[in-house]
Amino acid sequence: MSWVVTRRRIVDAISKVFMGLAAVVGVFFLFWIMWTTLKFGITGMHWTLFTQDTPPPGTDGFGLRNAFVGSLILLGLSLLIGVPVGLMAGTWLAEYGFHSRTANTVRFINDIMLSAPSIEIGLFAYAIMVSPMGHFSALAGSLALAVLMIPIIVRTTDEMLGLVGNDVREAAIALGAPNSVVITQVTWRAARAGIITGILIGLARITGETAPLLFTALNNQYFTTNVFSPMANIPMVIFQFALSPYTNWQQMAWAAAFITVLFVLVLSILARWLAGRVQVQK
Amino acid sequence: MLNVALPPAPANPATGGGPDRNSPKLAVRNLNFYYGKFHAIKNINVEIRPNTVTAFIGPSGCGKSTLLRVFNRIYDMYPGQRAEGEVLLDGENILDPQSFLKLRSKVGMVFQKPTPFPMSIYENIAFGIRLYEKLSRSEMDDRVRQALIGAGLWHEVEGKLNQSALRLSGGQQQRLCIARALAIKPEILLLDEPCSALDPISTAKIEELMYLSKENCTLIIVTHNMQQAARASEFTAFMLNGELIEISETTQMFTKPSDKRTEDYITGRFG
Repeated sequence: MSWVVTRRRIVDAISKVFMGLAAVVGVFFLFWIMWTTLKFGITGMHWTLFTQDTPPPGTDGFGLRNAFVGSLILLGLSLLIGVPVGLMAGTWLAEYGFHSRTANTVRFINDIMLSAPSIEIGLFAYAIMVSPMGHFSALAGSLALAVLMIPIIVRTTDEMLGLVGNDVREAAIALGAPNSVVITQVTWRAARAGIITGILIGLARITGETAPLLFTALNNQYFTTNVFSPMANIPMVIFQFALSPYTNWQQMAWAAAFITVLFVLVLSILARWLAGRVQVQK
Repeated sequence: MLNVALPPAPANPATGGGPDRNSPKLAVRNLNFYYGKFHAIKNINVEIRPNTVTAFIGPSGCGKSTLLRVFNRIYDMYPGQRAEGEVLLDGENILDPQSFLKLRSKVGMVFQKPTPFPMSIYENIAFGIRLYEKLSRSEMDDRVRQALIGAGLWHEVEGKLNQSALRLSGGQQQRLCIARALAIKPEILLLDEPCSALDPISTAKIEELMYLSKENCTLIIVTHNMQQAARASEFTAFMLNGELIEISETTQMFTKPSDKRTEDYITGRFG
């Protein structure tokens, strides 16, 4: 065997080892986080987490029902606000804005919004809603979360629609279809998997957000579905309980953290799986 | 029905044909087209006979696809593209803003790459029909079936009409697109290199489909494949650098072209 071939094989083997190591390091932290939250959270895992509300300070019991329901309401409301806005903005960019000056400016601002510190978004919601209304509310929390989610949806919608071949669009228009029909029945459908993936990624992004809720939804020891009042939610409960002196509260904080990590993981896997099925026509 | 023996359409509009059978389906008068500042089509005059197949050939970038895209005003989608002159469809100038609404039901188009929509085979056909007609379920079933039979696709897709059209082969997808375009009963069908992505067997099926469609429709095809033009068309037009060099009966075009440049192109001296 010639020297060149031998050398290439050696270089190949060494590179593979290093790349493998890098991959292991990446995955290692994920499993470490999972393991730590599970290890500390397992003692707080009780079925009553889902049936009872958070126990008052100093009392026994395990319950997170109000926080789970609160978080679901907050996330649901954020989706309700964020998805239509993000979807429409992204659609406008891809279907009408193209690479015009206005569209590129919107994209640029959107990219800035993508990396905006979440605490500032919380302050913003505080300033425009909490302060004028005079009290904390779940609605303000959802607004803050939606503002965090919108740029992600805008970006993915824009990009996914951009991948849909222009010839498919032209074919629909050549049949005489008006723009509204082309967009809702053809291009959205062609980019469906990608757009949903973007929404799931956005949802995963806001699931663990605490800072914006600190200024908006705050927390509530009691069960409530009133969106105009402060509302319990998982991230705030973790924050508050983890810092508390009560053992059962600390255990619940870990349990809640583990469930949140699991939830985000499932969302991400779902998003990956959907993205793998993206069948945009080029 | 018109037959091949008709005299070639005069390239000069001044000598335009008589009424009815002899009058052109489509007449292009002093047409200029611009992509922004780029002058893509230069003062073209041409007439297309009804119920015939006319092929446009020429090297890449000669403007033949652009010309086709004027015929259904698909270029309207893009800012900065504009046409000047007249394109008369049965005597009515389609470049007039008000003649726009019905235009696309009269002029269908098939593209180079098959463009099935991301929906079922059935829905692909029904999509176009629904834009113009409100049909009951059974009437629609019937129309979809007829369209697929007409495209010679029925036996291949019967029983899987609800499957995604994206799962068909390239040739089947292209025939589905032709069926979809013909389902709304257009008067003219534009085909922009419809076979360039297909194998010879699929190509033959599409050429046969074109031949059969002539009965109800006038076909205009842009092709890079000169054998295809020779096989499938009655009239052939040769374009070069945005100009129409000549148009004549296909047999004449490929045996004794009147322009030296046409001969050079056909014999493979350039392009």
